Amino acid sequence: MAEELKRRKAVPFFNRMFWGKNKDTINPFWVIVNKEIADHIRSWRFVVLITIIALTCFGSMYTAITSIGEALKSGKADDVFIFLKVFTVSDGTLPSYFIFISFLGPLLGIGLGFDVINSEQNRGTLTRVLAQPIPRDYLINAKFLAALIVISVLFLVLSLLVIGAGLIAIGIPPTPEEFIRIFLFTIAAIIYVAFWLNLSIVFSIRFQQPATSALSGIASWLFFTIFYSMIVNVVFNIFIPEGKKLSIAGEQLKLAIQRVAPNQLFSDITTSFLSPSVRSLGPLTMQQMQGAIPGHLPVDQSFTLVWSQIVGLVALSTLCFIVSYVLFMKKEIK
Amino acid sequence: MDRNIIKIHELYKKYGSQTVVENLCLNIKEGEVFGLLGPNGAGKSTTIRMILGFSEPSSGSITVGGYSSTSQALKVKELVGYLPEEVGFYNNLTGYENLMYTARLNRIPVQEAEERVNNLLQKVNLTDEATKKAGAYSRGMKQRLGLADVLVKNPRVIILDEPTLGLDPKGMKELLGLISDLSKNEGLTVLFSSHHLHQVQHICDRVGLFVDGKLIACDDIQSLSDGLFTKSAIVIEAKINTPASSTLKNNKYSAIIDKIGKIKDVTDIKINDGLFTIECSIDVTADVAKAIVENNYDLTYLNKKEYGLDDIYHKYFEGGE
Repeated sequence: MAEELKRRKAVPFFNRMFWGKNKDTINPFWVIVNKEIADHIRSWRFVVLITIIALTCFGSMYTAITSIGEALKSGKADDVFIFLKVFTVSDGTLPSYFIFISFLGPLLGIGLGFDVINSEQNRGTLTRVLAQPIPRDYLINAKFLAALIVISVLFLVLSLLVIGAGLIAIGIPPTPEEFIRIFLFTIAAIIYVAFWLNLSIVFSIRFQQPATSALSGIASWLFFTIFYSMIVNVVFNIFIPEGKKLSIAGEQLKLAIQRVAPNQLFSDITTSFLSPSVRSLGPLTMQQMQGAIPGHLPVDQSFTLVWSQIVGLVALSTLCFIVSYVLFMKKEIK
Repeated sequence: MDRNIIKIHELYKKYGSQTVVENLCLNIKEGEVFGLLGPNGAGKSTTIRMILGFSEPSSGSITVGGYSSTSQALKVKELVGYLPEEVGFYNNLTGYENLMYTARLNRIPVQEAEERVNNLLQKVNLTDEATKKAGAYSRGMKQRLGLADVLVKNPRVIILDEPTLGLDPKGMKELLGLISDLSKNEGLTVLFSSHHLHQVQHICDRVGLFVDGKLIACDDIQSLSDGLFTKSAIVIEAKINTPASSTLKNNKYSAIIDKIGKIKDVTDIKINDGLFTIECSIDVTADVAKAIVENNYDLTYLNKKEYGLDDIYHKYFEGGE
């Protein structure tokens, strides 16, 4: 026991995390992470997904750069943040970069997560791996982490590539504030995709057939992106007499209900991070608007504006992970 | 030193109202080959999964090498190698890479792991196929790779769930030979389940018969056979023709029945169209043959049957139904 403590002290925490009892062996957790990342990168599925995302990013950047001159003529307060326009501007033929990310990100998350557990089970590798002396949660944690690492690296690289390409195209470097805003947007995108990843892992544990689990993931994605706000609108319209408008409280309630959807949360976050002139995400009365000087918010204020949305998104993501964790730990291994 | 490496005590497993394993008590000695025998759905696999800590028993206890399967499952998994019924490998990795992955999950240092994996691949005769993707392996090769995979961690016990399922006779013989060698040369304890009787018969030191979740018998094959057929351990079959010159028309066999019946130790005679089935407690084949010939009957067929596992199995299962 004393020897064990001595050894633990001798090996710094970081090394202990990565290495096993001695330097020659890697902690099994990282062995699994390692293998999962390799599997993702080598799989055809990943190649397909990355091609779609890279192509759309290229397309939206192209339209952004060609129409950026037009956008600059308007002379609004946002003109200070020319570089952010690369991410937000569109000429109408193709959606802008951030809309593409919010649209295709979930697909990436679902694509990486929908078969993590059930494919192992169907191949008969699950029992073999779990018969090794590793705690059962290593497997689910490692699989989640591996997919998250892949997504994070991908998004960071994409953001940096867009920055680089934008730099060459418009010739104006981003200000530090712009850089921080882009970085925050990237982090938010990773959290958003992590939510979909977790949700699809839940499905992969619950459903034995990968096809069922993929379909469930895509169905929930379509539900939230297309039908959810539609349903909320329909329900509210039923209660409002024709020709009248919702009260402020009513509008706020409607927005609150819509913010249950993760894509609404993400779109609030991106709006706030990428459009510094946005100062409120809810309805404003005329009194509140009166005397306001058009200008932009500093980064920390934009951050504060969407803080609850960020917390909400992280919470949703964590909730899904907890569900998948519990499901997996209680699963009868056959 | 306790010789029993696996100890199962009053084990129950219930799914709802259905009892899958009922009051199972079983001790397995270190170094023996133990066969769990029973029809499909008898609770063999469930028992094996509980030994490994994959599912929790409803009540009762299991210890492997002194560690509890429920509370110290990790320690148990260090001692036990397990080959599941449908063994699967990562198809995009080679056989060698699959084994290395297992070795690394067991915290075996890389150099040692490489050496061990190569040795094992040689042992199971897969050295030439080691660099092929596991997806291209045949069923027999997969099963042999599975055996190597089980041995990577240097276990004290290996548990094989229906290891010979779906193998051709040659593959089966190879695999069973390997298992038998391992037990003899390296002192490994082997526990495997099967519904295939003959394999068990050849390589098992002891067998346990499982029916409907109950262990109804557990001993070596000789004792099982003795216990079941105390009165008539041997059966002689004889086909007898009456000679053409015989004057006996009715009840043509009465004389010979009488003669054979007088032989000491014969316990029962059954006749079916000239085929005599004679049960006796000791081997009296020679006496029977002599009696037939001396009484001028034609002996066209004589066969001595000893009870094998097949008969034990059937006898037990008939009784169990």
